[in-house]
Amino acid sequence: MLTLLFDGVAYGMLLFILAVGLCVTMGLMNFINLAHGAFAMLGGYVTVALMQHHGVPFLVCLPLAFLASAAVGVLLERTLYRPMYQKPHLDQVLFSIGLAFMAVASADYLMGSQQQIMQLPDWLRGRTELFADTPFVLGMGHYRLFIIAVCAALTVGLQYVLSATRFGSRLRASVDDARAASGLGINVNVVFAATFAVGSGLAGLGGALGAEVLGLDPTFPLKFMVYFLIVVAVGGTTSITGPLLAALLLGIADVAGKYYIPKLGAFIVYALMIAILIWRPQGLFVRQGGKS
Amino acid sequence: MNAQTSLLRAARWQPLELVFWVLAFASPWVLAQHALIINEIAIVALFAVSLDLVLGYTGIVSLGHAAFLGFGAYSAALFAKHIHPDPLLGLLVGMAAATLLGAVCSLSIMRGSDLTRLMVTLGTALILLELANKFSDLTGGADGLQGVIMGPLLGQFEFDLMGQTSAWYSLAVLLVLFVLARRLVHAPLGATLKAIRDNRLRAMAIGIPVTARLAVVYTVAAGIAGAAGALMAQTTGFASLDVFAMDRSADVMLMLAIGGVGWLYGGIAGAVAFKLMYDVIANITPQYWTFWMGLFLVVLVLVGRERLIRPWTWFSAARKEGQS
Amino acid sequence: MQKRFFLSAVALGLLAAHAGTALAQEKFKIGLILPMTGPFASTGKQIEAAARLYIAQNGDAVGGKKVELIVKDDTSAPDVTKRIAQELVVNEKVNVLAGFGLTPLAMATAPLATQSKTPMVVMAAATSSITQASPYVVRTSFALPQAAVALADWAPNNGIKKVVTLVADYGPGIDAEKFFKERLTFNGGQVLDTLRVPMRNPDFAPFLQKVRDLKPDAVYVFVPSGAGAALMKQFAERGMDKAGIKLIGTGDITDDDILNSMGDVANGVVTSHHYSASHNSPLNKKFVAAFEKANAGLRPNFMAVGGYDGMRVIYEAAKVTKGGNGEALLNAMKGQVFESPRGPMFIDAQTRDVVHNIYIRKVEKVGGQLYNQEFSTIPDVKDPGKTK
Repeated sequence: MLTLLFDGVAYGMLLFILAVGLCVTMGLMNFINLAHGAFAMLGGYVTVALMQHHGVPFLVCLPLAFLASAAVGVLLERTLYRPMYQKPHLDQVLFSIGLAFMAVASADYLMGSQQQIMQLPDWLRGRTELFADTPFVLGMGHYRLFIIAVCAALTVGLQYVLSATRFGSRLRASVDDARAASGLGINVNVVFAATFAVGSGLAGLGGALGAEVLGLDPTFPLKFMVYFLIVVAVGGTTSITGPLLAALLLGIADVAGKYYIPKLGAFIVYALMIAILIWRPQGLFVRQGGKS
Repeated sequence: MNAQTSLLRAARWQPLELVFWVLAFASPWVLAQHALIINEIAIVALFAVSLDLVLGYTGIVSLGHAAFLGFGAYSAALFAKHIHPDPLLGLLVGMAAATLLGAVCSLSIMRGSDLTRLMVTLGTALILLELANKFSDLTGGADGLQGVIMGPLLGQFEFDLMGQTSAWYSLAVLLVLFVLARRLVHAPLGATLKAIRDNRLRAMAIGIPVTARLAVVYTVAAGIAGAAGALMAQTTGFASLDVFAMDRSADVMLMLAIGGVGWLYGGIAGAVAFKLMYDVIANITPQYWTFWMGLFLVVLVLVGRERLIRPWTWFSAARKEGQS
Repeated sequence: MQKRFFLSAVALGLLAAHAGTALAQEKFKIGLILPMTGPFASTGKQIEAAARLYIAQNGDAVGGKKVELIVKDDTSAPDVTKRIAQELVVNEKVNVLAGFGLTPLAMATAPLATQSKTPMVVMAAATSSITQASPYVVRTSFALPQAAVALADWAPNNGIKKVVTLVADYGPGIDAEKFFKERLTFNGGQVLDTLRVPMRNPDFAPFLQKVRDLKPDAVYVFVPSGAGAALMKQFAERGMDKAGIKLIGTGDITDDDILNSMGDVANGVVTSHHYSASHNSPLNKKFVAAFEKANAGLRPNFMAVGGYDGMRVIYEAAKVTKGGNGEALLNAMKGQVFESPRGPMFIDAQTRDVVHNIYIRKVEKVGGQLYNQEFSTIPDVKDPGKTK
């Protein structure tokens, strides 16, 4: 049972890294970006391509995936996304779905439609078992441990940036009220661009980390979009801890549901989400005074 | 001209509308070899009209409207398979089932932001998908519900291979329900809906019962979507899980985007344009058509629908800030 | 308001303009309906490539008529498949329908084949009941029970008595589970639990964990091709092989399409299937070489061979009937006996299903690449799902 908890936490942290960019984008720019999964897919493919064809070691690929997605994110933000900020939500949804379609088809064309398989370095392939032969056996795959470690570090880092740096306070100000923030002299455009870049970069990193666990094929953005949206909706868009807890909840519920009641596995997640949203429409963890 | 006259004038049938409907009904006869796609367009147009009631007239962004489509489809299919193969009875059953579901679900969309509603509606559709998968003895699970043989329409017209009967059947249902929706929208009820869409707080302030109205509209829209689902199951003789999938809900939103929300013909125009585009593009490139569809969407939203159909405005951006 | 009607009118006009479909008479038309997009796109790709290879090797004229191959994408949605099939039959007047990547797609089209008397060659879908859905269905792929039963015969003789089955929750998976369980129990083995994985599943971890907790000798797996890789990696990651649990299953999990990129984790996995790209026959070697050459090094898999043999069946039937259609064409398809890249096979005249050898194979490294090496052959296996 502890193993299940462990697996759920790993899955949840992965989802968090993938979805945190979306949360911040939504909270900051009030923009529903359904193409977020495409950035994750980009990071995954970059990693696979570098590892398979150029023999670049896995650890080096991770920051490269981050940079690649961040770069593409900045580019798209300045050119395509910026005119869309003021448009109604429906238009944003359609625009981002269009982008997602294009990304899916391009990935199919460039990389082929089969599942991509990654070869992990040997030190990530092991497994450690604690308390073996007891009911509280905790089996930890080394790769999942790695994921948890990386994601935890990132979370701490993000929280630090958000709460203890100048940029973080500028970001929070822009989230609360962009007009007042720019009135105070904060360059909101730069904040937007930087945040979008970091969010997309994190998605790319998440895609690279997740390719092993979640699989990677051209339909990735559409397949997992639902999960990202659940994290955002349940976690709220005004903090980091909200989505983190939401993602962990989602990960554990999903894994536990599939183990104990396999036929209704995914059903549990959706039902839970609907129940939570009806109870707390703004999300479970909303900072007081934040925008909806 | 006072407010009442202008409202009444909007409710009258324009001559162009009549021309359109005559053309629509003539098409399965004139373009006989395309009867199948006409049928499909009619069904999906009906679905789009039902979503327009929700999206265009009350502003609820729903990514799970396929829940009602699927529920209507499975209800009608199961009815035809196990109880009675008459198509009209099945249609009524499908509509009734979906309306019931809509009434229940309308409780869930009352509160929260756009994103909340998006997720709740999506979640509902996906839950239904999982349920349909679980009760596979009843629904056929991932393989789909087969063996749905429909009786002849009105006791006389068999569903033939050419698809003409199906096309006329679907067009007829589309017309009837469209007229119903049109009446609804141009009635005082419709005016209150527009008020709610434009400014909910103010609508509440002048005494419009917002939640009750939303519930009514959502339920009616669900019923109409159920009719579309029933038609789909009956004319294809089949019902499968992907009728609940997010793709269906997303596709119909796309159609409304193309045709325009807030006027009922938007759903129909969008359905026609979308299906034709899909057909043409898919013939050229069966594997990568999603790319071109995505590109079209991006361009459509960036440029704005009004400007897109007037090519001479494409390059005079500076002068005219045309909003879509 | 005016301009918006203009939109609809223009659209309808386009529809009218579209109505210029040429009705060429002296052509033999094959309507190939495949999932070219969506999660099963690799199936569509393999089959299309194989079909085109066959035409390239055997010429594009048969029975005195020119062959026209019409390829359509059904996006793995059954109502789209049915609509496309209907259009092909009514508008293009195809002589034969082919393809069908998944069971629901084939099942949705079967009534149409009966109604329009068009032979339907199933090149991929693998549930037993498909050939019974219409008298016009002919299959050249395989039936899951064939593979399942073969392995259930092999397992008890090789130290595998207690098994947990883990299958994808749809037609072929349920078939595989049922027949494996029946045959294994008949042979004195024991199936500890039957787990079903939903089709849309991002994570195999909880299911494999459950298998581990049950401590069987082996886990018998069926998942559609593509998901096998993820499953195998999870299997290794969970330390299942170290816990003494073997991985056995149908050949879908060691799909030739992606086998080589699975890496060492696939080494030693025993599967049963009807085709391996390393099958040792001159015809197969020629087929694989030609396929790889025409498709940038892509290795053909069992989907491709289903498509290749399907074309063979169509061509031979067309030759005999001089490019005919309907019942005559169907009858010419039944009972064909020939050598396929997979080995010898024939189309049973009674069931219209394929009868071929099933091989037990093990994944081994040959010349630096991973292949399914056949080490045991069960000849002329009929589909046990139909002998009722």
